[in-house]
Amino acid sequence: MGSGRRWAVDFTDNSTTPSSRDIPDPPGFTRASQDQDDSTTSRQKKDAEANWKAQKAWEVAQAPFKNLLMMGFMMWMAGSTVHLFSIGITFSALWQPISALQGVGKVFEPYKDSKVDLLGPKLLFIALNLGGLALGVWKLNTLGLLPTHASDWVSSLPPAQEVEYSGGGIPLH
Amino acid sequence: MATRVFLLILLLLSCATSIFSLYEDQVGLMDWHQQYIGKVKHAVFHTQKTGRKRVLVSTEENVIASLDLRHGEIFWRHVLGTNDAIDGIDIALGKYVITLSSDGSILRAWNLPDGQMVWESFLLGPKHSKSSLMVLKTLKVDKDNVIIVSGKGCVHGVSSIDGEVLWTKDLAAESVEVQQVIPLHDSDKIYVVGFAGLTQFHAYEINAMNGELLKHETADFSDGFVGELALVSSETLVALDTTRSILVTVSFRNGKINFHQTYISSLVKDSTGIAMILPSTLTGMFTLKINTLKLIIRVTGEDQLELVEKFDHATVVSDVLSIAEDKEAFAVVQHGGNKIHLQVKLSDDWNSDLVKESIEMDQQGGLVHKVFINNYIRTDRSHGFRALIVMEDHSLLLLQQGKIVWNREDALASIIDVTTSELPVDKAVSVAKGEHNLIDWLKGHILKLKGTLMLASPEDVVAIQAIRLKSSEKSKLTRDHNGFRKLLIVLTKAGKIFALHSGDGRVVWSLLLPSLRKSKVCDCPTGLNLYQWQVPHHHAMDQNPSVLVVGKCGYSSNAPAVLSFVDTYTGKELNSLDLGHSVAQIIPLALTDSTEQRLHLLVDADRRVHLYPRTPEARTIFQQEFSNIYWYSVEADNSIIKGHVIKRTCIGEVADDFCFESGDLWSIVFPLESEKIIGTVSRKSNEVVHTQAKVTSDQDVMYKYISKNLLFVATVSPKASVGIGSADPEEASLFAYLIDTVTGRILHRMTHHGAQGPVHAVFSENWVVYHYFNLRAHRYEMSVIEIYDQSRAENKDVWKLVVGKHNLTAPVSSYSRPEVVTKSQSYFFTHSVKAIAVTLTAKGITSKQLLIGTISDQVLALDKRFVDPRRTVNPSQAEKEEGIIPLTDFLPIIPQSYVTHALKVEGLRNIVTVPAKLESTTLVFAYGMDLFFTRLAPSRTYDSLTEDFSYALLLITIVALVAAIFVTWILSERKELQDKWR
Repeated sequence: MGSGRRWAVDFTDNSTTPSSRDIPDPPGFTRASQDQDDSTTSRQKKDAEANWKAQKAWEVAQAPFKNLLMMGFMMWMAGSTVHLFSIGITFSALWQPISALQGVGKVFEPYKDSKVDLLGPKLLFIALNLGGLALGVWKLNTLGLLPTHASDWVSSLPPAQEVEYSGGGIPLH
Repeated sequence: MATRVFLLILLLLSCATSIFSLYEDQVGLMDWHQQYIGKVKHAVFHTQKTGRKRVLVSTEENVIASLDLRHGEIFWRHVLGTNDAIDGIDIALGKYVITLSSDGSILRAWNLPDGQMVWESFLLGPKHSKSSLMVLKTLKVDKDNVIIVSGKGCVHGVSSIDGEVLWTKDLAAESVEVQQVIPLHDSDKIYVVGFAGLTQFHAYEINAMNGELLKHETADFSDGFVGELALVSSETLVALDTTRSILVTVSFRNGKINFHQTYISSLVKDSTGIAMILPSTLTGMFTLKINTLKLIIRVTGEDQLELVEKFDHATVVSDVLSIAEDKEAFAVVQHGGNKIHLQVKLSDDWNSDLVKESIEMDQQGGLVHKVFINNYIRTDRSHGFRALIVMEDHSLLLLQQGKIVWNREDALASIIDVTTSELPVDKAVSVAKGEHNLIDWLKGHILKLKGTLMLASPEDVVAIQAIRLKSSEKSKLTRDHNGFRKLLIVLTKAGKIFALHSGDGRVVWSLLLPSLRKSKVCDCPTGLNLYQWQVPHHHAMDQNPSVLVVGKCGYSSNAPAVLSFVDTYTGKELNSLDLGHSVAQIIPLALTDSTEQRLHLLVDADRRVHLYPRTPEARTIFQQEFSNIYWYSVEADNSIIKGHVIKRTCIGEVADDFCFESGDLWSIVFPLESEKIIGTVSRKSNEVVHTQAKVTSDQDVMYKYISKNLLFVATVSPKASVGIGSADPEEASLFAYLIDTVTGRILHRMTHHGAQGPVHAVFSENWVVYHYFNLRAHRYEMSVIEIYDQSRAENKDVWKLVVGKHNLTAPVSSYSRPEVVTKSQSYFFTHSVKAIAVTLTAKGITSKQLLIGTISDQVLALDKRFVDPRRTVNPSQAEKEEGIIPLTDFLPIIPQSYVTHALKVEGLRNIVTVPAKLESTTLVFAYGMDLFFTRLAPSRTYDSLTEDFSYALLLITIVALVAAIFVTWILSERKELQDKWR
């Protein structure tokens, strides 16, 4: 698990000098045979780890999809009128993808490996989050909170000034 | 944290149910109500009984009232109709107040203690004549006082118990005009004297019990009488001949009528000028007025006249008051500098004074106009006197023992015009009284908290209410942050200006305008209007704001105008101008000079336009805008509306740089035989409109046609202009017009068949609401017209709007032929209406309410959403969300939406709204006989916490939360430590 570990016991003792240890090797244990296939096992292990990392990265990349479904359901539940609940949901739906997109690098850092191609998962992750964002924006629009109508731009236009001025009325008595 | 608290508060506020009415304990917090009676015409004291001492008064505003003699408060009051003028008032049987009104045709009795009407009699007669009322108190038959009424050419005897007419003598049939009814002491007979034509004198002796004619004498006087009589004794009268130079003493003793003539010149040396006999009841004496002199003349012997005293015109003599069996007293009031001198004399002894007092008048109330006296027995059995005096400024004062006991400012019953002024910003003046130390503040808030948490005992509730009502905050004399405190400047019929504090309605200052007082130059000056003359808010901050008072001298259309400028902080007259020209219209322009003085145009009767202020700077500013300034005149009698343009400076004898000739530009002539103008209304010049667009539920935009130059004109068929019932539905129609006053273009015309006036209307933003009577449905109706600009509707491209490539805010000219569409709708309305106004707010964002002054003298607030032409019977969901109310044929009257709650503004004439600085709030001032002021928030106070918001509760909550945070933090630390040790 790479850097995520806090402590470790390494059972693969690679030391070749038995004298370094005060404990004698157990009977039946031959240090030489282990030394022999040391390089192959480490390669295998590294491959396994890379595989596992790639697999995990894809899993992480797909995680927002569940979120997306969840959000969709919540939005459907919230309805299309503006109130505290629907606004909260919409804003969280907008905020989550944005914060996720900001932390794309961080999310995939554990799976960084020279052998693992993270571009695919990253693209999927970004795409799914963008989808989430789009969903949020769409929701915002259904709530009528996006300035897409002419009315949104003219609703606070002050009345035009008048060139002429006229006054008068019924004469005073 | 802060945002959460804010959100929480927002949530709480949004959850609050919508309340437009008041709770019982909110009455008097932001509203005040004052009652007035008007200038007193006649007063009768009622002090004999041991109960509450009172004085009964009738006034020129057609009010009868019973006032507390100790404090001047109103016990009860009745306002009669505007054409039901009171001719006489008296007390009968010691428990009824008798009033005669409507030229001697309606006699009413009111219960003295509570003012309930006891009976009412209609006295009919063939023709108009002088009317008088007399209660024969000395004469009692079966515990009944007979009331003798003369009026409409007849003399009536009326029973005071039930108002039954006992007898009627029609003297008009003998072409005798009744001048005086004279009671005879200790008998049941009365004399009725009158003239037939100019020369014939008639005297009737009538039995007051049954109206039996006992004697009838006539005599001819060849020189003729002018019709003024003064009663000197029960058998002697004094009259003037037609030349007004000879006094004629008429005595009709023992059935013989004798005339005796005395030249006025033989009594007074300087007797040029018109002589008049003033109505008085002095025994053995009468008052004669020549020019500015008042003469007291005594009749000695049978017909000898003798001059007793000469007074100047400002002296007033009271009626005679009988104080003992054979003693009668009267009062004389004279002016001397700042003091008035009151003398009470016995009528048979001129030289001795029963009372001689000098009273310092603390403020200039002008001259004394009337005096009424009353006596009381002092502890040492001597006679004391109290005097009720009516001043030139319509105020009413009670004087007793050389002091003013109370003073009523009754000029406020006759307000002509109202404007407002800001209070000074000065912090140095704002010394709060009361609630100023911390403990008081805390105590107050803890009490309030108790109230909020429903822990308060009944005593606490009373204390809370008292704190709220006498809050010194609202009556400070400085400007407040929310703009609730203002000065209401009112001009009254008396020519007196008052500044009322909007917080509690007290008079801050008052000024009897010298230019609106009767003088040698001007005999009957009248105040016309008030305008804001100078309102410094950016420039000239060192100057006080001032108002312009426009008046004129006399009632004719070409009477010269009078201008007066009054400082609104100090209440001093800064300047006054007697103008050489008349005034027909005053047009405040939208222009101000460098000292923020507003430019005004005064149009005279000859259609010349005069510019004020008369400074070169004002002239330069005016000439820059000159070509764009127009004016219009409405000639209601001829049914013509004319538009004028200002052409050039005046030429001829009135040549002057500030005078301009105007030319006719357009005219709209309504056919006189089918249309008569009965009402016009335009937008308030100080109204602020927030936006030109109206967004509908489907995100569509409608552009309002907003123009200050629109005029709403209502015309009716001439037959329907008189009154309801005068025309059939077939021949009555009402026409509503919207006219552009620059070009004279009729933008909209609408016909209501079978409808007639009176029309009351209000114009705001792009809509007009008007009220009229529907003859077919026999109901009142209200209609609304909304006007939209179709030529702007193409502005739909979002991108153009985003980058600002549109011409929506470019200045528009009325000459650029607008394409308008109108929407209108009509509704039935239950009440008839006296006035309609609309709420105005500082930025025009808040939704509007119509304020309707109902016939019952109350003010009703009606949401503008109820008069929205887009209402339909079944609005869609989106429309409902927008706030469109399903259409009903009646406008609802919700009892809780009466702004005046339980009060009445008697004789309601007008409703004035002024925006406060706080956008949600508008100040409403309704006036008539009474004054009423309140604060309204048509969309509730969305931009401030309510006054009874418990800050203490909020503080305590915050403190408790902080404490809780600390406690839990400490606890969690401790637990963590324990966990670590485990």
